[in-house]
Amino acid sequence: MDKNIKVLLVDDEEEFVKTLSERIQMRDLGSNIAYNGEQALKVVKDEVPDVMILDLKMPGIDGMEVLKRVKKAYPQVQVIMLTGHGSEKDEKEARKLGAFDYLQKPADIDTIVGTIRKAYKKRIEKPLMAATFAEAGDFDSAKDIMDRDD
Amino acid sequence: MNVRGWFGSIYKRLLHIHKASDAPDRYLALRRNITVIMLLVTILPLGIMAGINHFQYRKSIKNEVIEPLRVLLGKSRHSFQLFLEERLSTVRFVGSAYSYEQLTHERTLSRVFRVLKDEFDGFVDIGLIDGSGVQVSYAGPYNLLDKDYSGQSWFQEVVIRDTYISDVFMGYRKFPHLAIAVQRVEESRNWILRATIDTNLFYELISAMGLDPEADAFIVNQEGILQTRSRFYGDILEEIPFDLSAQTYGPHLMETVDPQGREVMVAYVGLEKPSFRLVVVKPRALVLRTWITLQGEMFFVFFVSVIVIIVIVMKLADALVTNIKEADDRREAAIHELEQTQKLSAIGRLAAGVAHEINNPLSIINEKSGLMKDLLAFSGDFAKKERFEQLVDGVIRSVGRCKTITHRLLGFARRKEVYFEELNLNALIKDVIGFLEKEMVYRNIDLRFQTADEMPAISSDQGQLQQVFLNIMTNALGAVDDGGRVIVTTWEEDPKTVGVSIQDNGPGMSEETIQRVFDPFFTTKKSGGTGLGLFITYGIVKKLGGDIKVHSKEGEGATFTVYLPKTAKQGEASSPEEIS
Repeated sequence: MDKNIKVLLVDDEEEFVKTLSERIQMRDLGSNIAYNGEQALKVVKDEVPDVMILDLKMPGIDGMEVLKRVKKAYPQVQVIMLTGHGSEKDEKEARKLGAFDYLQKPADIDTIVGTIRKAYKKRIEKPLMAATFAEAGDFDSAKDIMDRDD
Repeated sequence: MNVRGWFGSIYKRLLHIHKASDAPDRYLALRRNITVIMLLVTILPLGIMAGINHFQYRKSIKNEVIEPLRVLLGKSRHSFQLFLEERLSTVRFVGSAYSYEQLTHERTLSRVFRVLKDEFDGFVDIGLIDGSGVQVSYAGPYNLLDKDYSGQSWFQEVVIRDTYISDVFMGYRKFPHLAIAVQRVEESRNWILRATIDTNLFYELISAMGLDPEADAFIVNQEGILQTRSRFYGDILEEIPFDLSAQTYGPHLMETVDPQGREVMVAYVGLEKPSFRLVVVKPRALVLRTWITLQGEMFFVFFVSVIVIIVIVMKLADALVTNIKEADDRREAAIHELEQTQKLSAIGRLAAGVAHEINNPLSIINEKSGLMKDLLAFSGDFAKKERFEQLVDGVIRSVGRCKTITHRLLGFARRKEVYFEELNLNALIKDVIGFLEKEMVYRNIDLRFQTADEMPAISSDQGQLQQVFLNIMTNALGAVDDGGRVIVTTWEEDPKTVGVSIQDNGPGMSEETIQRVFDPFFTTKKSGGTGLGLFITYGIVKKLGGDIKVHSKEGEGATFTVYLPKTAKQGEASSPEEIS
């Protein structure tokens, strides 16, 4: 099942994001890369990921803006912020905008992967529950669950 | 000289204190100058006024005293003149009213003498002397008949000048009297009528002057021989100790010292006939009694005023300089505190910036070395694989250490939002002491916890406060030797604030260390200190709306004092992660 987890890594630091992607793939997770905000939004549009690892400070559209747009368009996408910048204020704002977690660079690979798995669990929780309700014929509840804000 | 320039130079010299000079000297100089200026501007005018008063009063009072003396002298002279004139006229009248023949009769002369004695005081005798100087007729107590006066000087004088008044002389009965002689010139002959007058009558005139007991009045002749008894300066016919040579008709005044050593004022006036002088001697003290009293009072007032002024001026200068010094100290402390805060905030900003920038390359190293490790794990054995693994682990460990530093710098350890809750500060500190108990027992450290009886509950963040006190107490334990002492005290500073102090008896800190104690990366520990503990502590305390102060002297231990607000109050943004 893990291979099915589609992770999108967004960071302007190419060396970093490539290496991280490789390591994530080695841990049996599907991974895609974007180097800036525009690219990230395009990739999301083409293929909606389950989990996004998002840097805050990027040229062009920054992480906060990407988070805002992605969460608006695809609320089911779980976004994990991973940044070397950022203050308490940023963390607060990101969480308010629906970020799943807020990690500091440099982060341990096990922490990152663990957080991705947790985020994925949450990502599939709602559709699973909705599906269960739908199978039982309770479409209203299923719709409620899907529409519910996190 | 240019007045403004002059004042300017005085002002400069007295009030312009060089900032650069040593502080205690500066305040001493300031106090001295203020005192001098204030004393100058108060005592100088007072002194000048007192001086002017002194001389002015002396002058006017002297005049006021001397004038009556002059008047008295004038009046008394008049009385004396009148007295003598009267006697002279009487004798002259007798000479005119009776003929020589009539007066040669003893009976007639005796009757005339009786009438004279009845009508005028002081006549002692009367005699008729013919032109050749022989006493022809006599009425009086002595037997002077046929006495020849022709050889005597007064006789010569009266023959030439028609009248004569003698100096006082002692008669046969040894009492003072003077003689009056009048010459009658007729066609056939000339003759002389001579009367003697008792000068005791002078005393009546003198006592009529109404003088003070310390004063003296007497008559002297031209040679300075006393004609009346004086109270202090000898008996009749003795010489007086004053030189009254100044020829004067009007009253004359002089100041001198008498043989008794008293300062006296001598006033005298000439009597027309027979060039006697009426002298009044008054001690100066008496004359100027009012003035001396006034002078004494004035001096007393001046003296008391000066003392009061000096005391007040000194107290005032003292208070003023103390106030200035306190204000200076306060200002200096405020500036110092501001500098400290600004320095820490600048350092915090710099540190946070550096930490941010380092985090990115650090995470690349982290991921690259992680990948290397991953690859090593998936690859089969090869030569020195284990060595490679060790090397990669070394890199990853170092990254971890860097991460600890950057994260602490950025305050990640306290990423948590401040969570305010009611808490018991004493209980919280006891918990912290509990964490350290093992070390303290092991090192035999005497920890005393002194707490105010009733500590109010405060609203603050439990976890972050624990970190604050843990940091400070760990430092205290680090500072003291085994068997040392740490005293933790809590108290209620004011209705809005509580205080906690942690005092150790370690080696203390130098002034320079105190200046830098809250700086990041500043440590005095030989090994293992990151120098971030107090930096973070400072940030937390500020964030919680409190304040932290350090007080220490080398060799006398150190005291950290934390002030915390009782009610929740978000502090200013001085912690690094809020600045970024």
